[in-house]
Amino acid sequence: MNRVWLVDQKRRLAIGILSGGLFFGPAMLLGSDDGNLPSEQDRLANLVIQDCGSCHGLTLRGGLGPPLRPENLAHLPVEAVAAIISEGVPGSAMPPWRPLLSPEEIHWISEQLKSGVLVSP
Amino acid sequence: MNLKFRMPLGLMLALVLVIGLIGCQAFPGADSRPEIMGTGDLGLIVERTTGSVLVINTSRYEVLGRVEGLGDLSHASVVYSRDARYGYVFGRDGGLTKVDLLSQSIVDRVIQSGNSIGGAISQDGRYVAVSNYEPGGVKVFDSQTLELVADIPASYVAENGEQSLSKTVGLVDAPGNRFVFSLFDADEIWTLNMTAAEPAVQKFQAGAAPYDGLITPDGRYYIAGLFGEDGLSMLDLWKPEQGTTEILPDYGKGDEKLPVYKMPHLEGWAIADGRAFVPAVGHHQVLVADLKDWSLTDRIPVQGQPVFVMASPDNRQIWVSFAHPDNDVVQVIDSQTREIIRTLEPGKAVLHMEFTPRGEEVWVSARDSNRVTVYNTRTLAPVATLSAKTPSGIFFSSRAHVLGL
Repeated sequence: MNRVWLVDQKRRLAIGILSGGLFFGPAMLLGSDDGNLPSEQDRLANLVIQDCGSCHGLTLRGGLGPPLRPENLAHLPVEAVAAIISEGVPGSAMPPWRPLLSPEEIHWISEQLKSGVLVSP
Repeated sequence: MNLKFRMPLGLMLALVLVIGLIGCQAFPGADSRPEIMGTGDLGLIVERTTGSVLVINTSRYEVLGRVEGLGDLSHASVVYSRDARYGYVFGRDGGLTKVDLLSQSIVDRVIQSGNSIGGAISQDGRYVAVSNYEPGGVKVFDSQTLELVADIPASYVAENGEQSLSKTVGLVDAPGNRFVFSLFDADEIWTLNMTAAEPAVQKFQAGAAPYDGLITPDGRYYIAGLFGEDGLSMLDLWKPEQGTTEILPDYGKGDEKLPVYKMPHLEGWAIADGRAFVPAVGHHQVLVADLKDWSLTDRIPVQGQPVFVMASPDNRQIWVSFAHPDNDVVQVIDSQTREIIRTLEPGKAVLHMEFTPRGEEVWVSARDSNRVTVYNTRTLAPVATLSAKTPSGIFFSSRAHVLGL
């Protein structure tokens, strides 16, 4: 079930990339998109670019924190990226985001980071 | 009597008319010239996502123009030339851009490193220094031409015995035409003297992992915040031979370590009424220290993790901004009673505050609301709002004449 869902996610992601522009995952994953309010995906994408970007750079090319572009994360599976976001990195400035983000949100962010859809080439 | 008076009056009227007409003819192109103006009430607002800055007029609450093409402006900051005409914008991507406030255009731009974090202008205004992460060190440029004057690699011996370069942080200017900065990876504070023919570096041991620095308004004390341990490292620039001392030993994450979603900024630390008001690390508190011995005297509960804790120029108010996710409000503290007197809602993701030089107003940026709100500091009511694209830092030209800014 979960695997099918993941494959489905990847296909949607691929379609999103192919169709160009920013891709925000399926609405059902993180709550529905209700009209004028920014969707959950928009909100999370903004969080990654703006708030993660404070340390990792707006283009995720790094700053006080390391670069987070797909080529920098190639050696890490999505689950490992999610674990780092969730638990933080002890001894560094990277805080655990578990208190502020749900496991689903963290997983979604990890996938976006791995695929690079949130950053321009 | 009456008659005597009328004659010169008529004559004067005629003269005024004639001079006025001549004036019009003498300057036929007057309309096409730029308006002659000073720069003392101008400033720059960083638009972080679009890599642009707005040139603003603080008297008229007006955007004079937008300057684009400044690169990655996450964590960007600005210093000003001593004539207050040019702003030097330090970008994340190593870009150093000289912006003309009068023509609202880029005069010069260099990509001086791969990754940088702010800079400073020297006491005499001749040098602009940039603090770099990659490659770690400080580069100094001629403020007129942006030509490289000095390259100071932050080299140190790492734990594995290899020669390495440290990220540099907390770069400020100091009296004696010096720059002072900290080495994040090497636990050191360096001073760079620009008066000598060959720029001279002096090195001092600091606490673990300094992540930011400030200099007191008189230029005497340089204080570095530490990521790796509690407490702060202070260097007395009047007595550098004494080396650094540890102050506020309880300052930091303490035993109850809480996740920190944005490290507090040290610049703009409030010093009022014989006390320093400083942001706690992780805790929802503003800490109060006695300036005589730097002992902790009070903890003021606030609504989130503080990022900026800034005193109004008259030192009567302390304005506090916050880290994600409690960053949609600003709290104002009375420096005498040490109580919160107002909680304001300037918009979503408040990033920065800048007081007008005499403190009657403060400009507050709200990144996710694409808005800058101007508050009256007496009434605490908004007096104007300006549209800006994801605004972050606000920097007024009055910084040109303030040590350490």
